[in-house]
Amino acid sequence: MAGISSEPGFLLTTVEKGVNWARTRSMWPASFGLACCAIEMMGTGAAHNDLARFGMEVFRASPRQADLMIVAGRVSQKMAPVLRQVYDQMAEPKWVLSMGACASTGGMFNNYALVQGVDEVVPVDMYVPGCPPGPQSLMHGILSLHQLIMDGEIRNSTGVL
Amino acid sequence: MADEPVNKTDDVPEMDEMVEEHATSEPETPVTDDPVVAAALGEIPGVLVTEHDQASSDATYHQAIVPSESWVDAVVAAKDAGFTFFIDLYAADHFREAPRFEVGINLLNRRERRRLILRTRVPYDAPTLPTVSHIFAGANFYEREAFDLLGVEFTGHPDLTRILLPDEWEGHPLRKDHAVGAIPVEFKAGSVDL
Amino acid sequence: MSDTTDLTADVPAEEVEEASVSVAEERRAAHDVWVSGTEERMPFATGTDEGAQEMLPSDIDPALAIQEGIEVDDDYVDEDDDHDFGDRQIINMGPQHPSTHGVLRLQMELEGETVVRVKPIIGYLHTGMEKTAETLNYAQGATNVTRMDYLSPFHNELAYSLTVEQLLGIDVPPRANAIRVLMTELNRVSSHLLWAATQGMDIGALSMMIYGWRERETCLDFFEKTTGLRMNHNYIRVGGVAADLPDGWRDDVASLITTVSRGVDEYEQLLNENPIFLDRTMGVGVITPKEVEQFGITGPMARASGVNWDLRKEMPYCGIDQYEFDVPLGKYGDVHDRYEVRIAEIRESLKIVEQVMDSMPSGDYRTEDRKVTPPPRKRIDESMEALIHHFKLFTEGIAVPPGTAYQAVEGPRGEIGCMMISKGGSRPWRMHWRAPSFAAVQALPVMMTDSLVADVVASLASADPVLGDVDR
Repeated sequence: MAGISSEPGFLLTTVEKGVNWARTRSMWPASFGLACCAIEMMGTGAAHNDLARFGMEVFRASPRQADLMIVAGRVSQKMAPVLRQVYDQMAEPKWVLSMGACASTGGMFNNYALVQGVDEVVPVDMYVPGCPPGPQSLMHGILSLHQLIMDGEIRNSTGVL
Repeated sequence: MADEPVNKTDDVPEMDEMVEEHATSEPETPVTDDPVVAAALGEIPGVLVTEHDQASSDATYHQAIVPSESWVDAVVAAKDAGFTFFIDLYAADHFREAPRFEVGINLLNRRERRRLILRTRVPYDAPTLPTVSHIFAGANFYEREAFDLLGVEFTGHPDLTRILLPDEWEGHPLRKDHAVGAIPVEFKAGSVDL
Repeated sequence: MSDTTDLTADVPAEEVEEASVSVAEERRAAHDVWVSGTEERMPFATGTDEGAQEMLPSDIDPALAIQEGIEVDDDYVDEDDDHDFGDRQIINMGPQHPSTHGVLRLQMELEGETVVRVKPIIGYLHTGMEKTAETLNYAQGATNVTRMDYLSPFHNELAYSLTVEQLLGIDVPPRANAIRVLMTELNRVSSHLLWAATQGMDIGALSMMIYGWRERETCLDFFEKTTGLRMNHNYIRVGGVAADLPDGWRDDVASLITTVSRGVDEYEQLLNENPIFLDRTMGVGVITPKEVEQFGITGPMARASGVNWDLRKEMPYCGIDQYEFDVPLGKYGDVHDRYEVRIAEIRESLKIVEQVMDSMPSGDYRTEDRKVTPPPRKRIDESMEALIHHFKLFTEGIAVPPGTAYQAVEGPRGEIGCMMISKGGSRPWRMHWRAPSFAAVQALPVMMTDSLVADVVASLASADPVLGDVDR
């Protein structure tokens, strides 16, 4: 638009599309690294795979500033309350991506110590399979989540705008 | 295949069914011919030392079965004899054997390149052992781990609390009569909204 | 409990002399080595118990806490109920904190900017792997343990395989040993590269983060080509390795060595003369050789303190003693020495890798013992015996005789050991892991007490704890 023509122009869209577009273009993740997946998540953000292409390289340490929680790794019974607290501290709108087999289902550790799927604690919008998922898998999951947001309505996790 | 009671909580036998006695000492030569280990444990009564080969290696190491009464004495003797490098402390559950719990400590002698693993047993009804955390500071966390996961109590330990599991946890999961805690996996096909 | 050995004996005598003099070197002398028992015990108020775990009971015998001049001071003592708490405050760092390398939680008592006491609280990643191991057979076990210390998966698998092989009493072919050495040493390189990246990031050199990951990816590419996975490979198995090296592996490894060496040179250009880096690392987080032995610290951390102990030299495994390499040693035991030791270890590991490349023996990559390794597919059609072996292996698993075995390897963080109790059958009765990070985390109060809050991050990063290894 700007820069192409010297004349002032205009663009037609719906509010919904505009808001969703804005939300997906700078979706800052909360750094919630737990186990092996966290290493791959950091690898996704590093130079080789460069998550900055999607405006997502800013891993926020504070949940207040984050839009997306990537649960990267196995969630133990001891960690589950912390996870829920971090999720509750995030501002709306917020999304959760469950990265890897352990976060999604408990993975190969079906035992006393692990929460069998993080969706028992927080609502999950996207699951990424793999143990651990490679950077490409994670990026695919993130882009699928972007698409989900673009196609969806403007609303927060309770269903209200 | 199904001879281990790991997944079953129902058919745990009563403790009085345990018949198999674990021999703490056998009538053999009391101490090994290795001079370093002999110097460490020669004074401790009832010690049984065995030498083990490592895989893909020329190095060997020693295991010593120690009566639980002389646990601290043996650790102190080993430390005085040069086994000053604390490596590891573990506990294990020998279910259906008496005494039931095993505790071991793994020490290194840097000068002589020897590894010595002292092992002892404590019974189910009194799973207590004096702490060695005042001899090796590093034993502190390891003893807490053994207490947390197997319920072996170390008397005199400065802070014997749960370390890996939450404080309000009940039970000791690495005991053999504790279930794995697996939940049954159900496959629910067709419930995904597309 | 006598002090029989001179623990500094590994450092040459003239260096000890020099050390005691040149400790006067201003930077390093600025931070005293923490010798507790010398400082006055501070009274502490009640109500500081904010943790998930109980604090020290007040009626404990104080003699127990004092250990030959080393005092475990990671617990809060209620000595005076009426004491004015003053400026002190309790700060929780973690478990969700970017500098804690995962989910470690540090409970710190601060007086202004100074750390008075620290208590590490762990268990937030407790996965119950030792329990799960009792339900998996020996062939499946490597899948479990490789997820333990997820930055050195090959070392975990190697320690596990060696322990089972010790119980079985088998040896593996020379090529399998050479491949094991090759992969573990490359893994040490990739782990140290990751450490360099995160250490740099934690003390403010954000470029190090980008550079470290860049070189690490070249290692991961080779791992992926060989094992099929970037992490958690399940490649080193009981009886050998899962597959032979891929075609053209020599070219890959050669180019990897070039890339990584060039990268390491770049790091040194970036950091070695950097005044901020030097100020933030020198004299910070000191650990003495005596504390190393007391807490069971191994690996680069111990060697940075001058403790010359490397299992590859002292109790060599997999024929690693046939390769020439040096064990880099530090002198002061501070964060900067750990940096130097690890950077030197990357170079030494690359030296080993080069020698393995030149001397790679031919032959089988796993043992031909049919009680351990399944027969080739073709043999099953021809031989009844092969069919039976195959069936037994895949229905029952490897049958391991009763016994107790311990074997350790030198991982990137120290001694990774596996203690295994077998009562016969196809599953371990008990599998206990000696985790190097566990010991390092336990010694964190020693490194951090009386330092500044910013130094806490530097000390923690230099310990390089992997929480998957700590909590298992």
